Amino acid sequence: MECTLKELMVTAVAREIRDGEIVFVGMRLPLLAFALAKRTHAPTAVGFFENGVIRETPSPELLFTMGDTPNLYQATFCGDMLSVMGPLQQGRVALGIIGGAEVDRYGNINTTEVVDTKGRKIRLPGSGGACDIASLAGRLVIIMAHERRRFPPRVSYLTSPGYGDGRHWRKSVGLPGGGPVAVITDRAILRFDSVTEEAVLTSVHPGVSVEQVQEQTGWRLRLAENFHTTPLPTRDELKILREIDPTGFWLR
Amino acid sequence: MKVKVIPLSEAIGRYVSDGQSVVLGTGLEGFIPFAAGYEIIRQGKRNLCLIGPISDILFDLLIGAGCVTRVVAAWVGNVSAGLGYNFRRAVEESIPHPLEVENHSNFTIALGLHAGALGIPFVPARTALGTDLQRQNPHLREISCPYTGERLVAVRAITPDVAIVHVQRADREGNCHLWGNLGVTLDAVRASRTVIVTTEEIVSSDVILSDPNRTLIPGIFVTAIAVVPWGAHPSPVVGYYNRDHEFFHDYHEQTRTREQFLDWLKQWVLQPADHEAYLRKLGAHRLNRLRPKRTAPSVPVHFGY
Repeated sequence: MECTLKELMVTAVAREIRDGEIVFVGMRLPLLAFALAKRTHAPTAVGFFENGVIRETPSPELLFTMGDTPNLYQATFCGDMLSVMGPLQQGRVALGIIGGAEVDRYGNINTTEVVDTKGRKIRLPGSGGACDIASLAGRLVIIMAHERRRFPPRVSYLTSPGYGDGRHWRKSVGLPGGGPVAVITDRAILRFDSVTEEAVLTSVHPGVSVEQVQEQTGWRLRLAENFHTTPLPTRDELKILREIDPTGFWLR
Repeated sequence: MKVKVIPLSEAIGRYVSDGQSVVLGTGLEGFIPFAAGYEIIRQGKRNLCLIGPISDILFDLLIGAGCVTRVVAAWVGNVSAGLGYNFRRAVEESIPHPLEVENHSNFTIALGLHAGALGIPFVPARTALGTDLQRQNPHLREISCPYTGERLVAVRAITPDVAIVHVQRADREGNCHLWGNLGVTLDAVRASRTVIVTTEEIVSSDVILSDPNRTLIPGIFVTAIAVVPWGAHPSPVVGYYNRDHEFFHDYHEQTRTREQFLDWLKQWVLQPADHEAYLRKLGAHRLNRLRPKRTAPSVPVHFGY
């Protein structure tokens, strides 16, 4: 079945959500991934939104931001930011989903400033809640466009922590959360080696070669032992995604 | 009791001064006090320090209009469209003038305001350890726990001069009912010395007293109230209007260059003399489209005895 790359990405992200989990949902594509998971394999997953909303039912309409009124309609809870960040810091949130501008071989994310090809600094919007989600969630899934400039060996500014420089860095700096488990891009999925804590290539999307992914990655990628091709969305998943985003605002 | 209900222009004129720190956008993507922000621009306030978690386009606008020299924030841009061009121009090229940025995460902004609200110098947290956010922000200092020795971040208290918040309804004493997501609104109000409330409507005190759990901002903390229907447009206010997505996307398309932005500013902020003129420019048709289509009242609770 034909699908867009974004539909494939969002489906892959949704599949990282397990039923019954508390999920801290970032903006843009993560909003759709959570909505898809709720309607498919994870009906009892609970969404935390940093504006202070907790949802157990899917939002009745497409969301452009978490503050959109459909996200408040029949929410379980509307309160303040500390009411969701507190449980996140306590370790109650199983999974966080965020995007980024740059991600490096240890899953560190930069959304603060990057340097362009002419050496000029480009100012980006900043952390938002991403640093907190990356610091404190049990697992972290990162959703990114796969371009060489976005995949440097080391991020130029560490906004949201992955595994630092490896070697149990998280523990040494005092970070409680579990760290990233997957980087899901428009070409491939990278996961993290449990010993070296380095991102390894786990799957490429249909029609994409390992060489193409390597070309767009700023460090030498190792292949995972169980390397494979990313499974396509099922017919059901696609149907639901297209119901969630009928005009293709996010997915086309 | 002193009269708190005053026109928006007077509230901004009297209670926001050049050089002050102002916390705004405390509800995150909703309840953003845009009308108050436009009025700050019209009155040509200068050298402000803006404080907020995310701001959608209001911070970008105020920066482009030349009102701001410092930002204490977690995120500055356009949530559904991407980068804020004025923010970038200010940081990268000092246009219209240099901008100092203190980088936070949403949680550290929330905790800083919480410390301010509690009247203490800092609160400890486990976020941002090992990041450049923590290394480069002098107000996120690493400490060890006096009880366990664990590494923690001491988030310094944030005590803004002024908080500006938008609510659904208030009485003449400034007791505010609000509902929906609250973001950092309550701590921002408690941490600030001066509080300006813009409200969709003024209701009688009986309405407020019928549901004290809904009175999330007691009037004793409020300095001034301005009645500003649609005062958060283009951001949403649950029960009153939805987000004007198109407005945010048009802003993104129409502010790529400095010249484009200045045109936009003239058209939407400087030429409409006040909020009423802004609403006339938006037009009844556009506003009607944003009204809720689904009515969803809550079930009343009893406070009988």
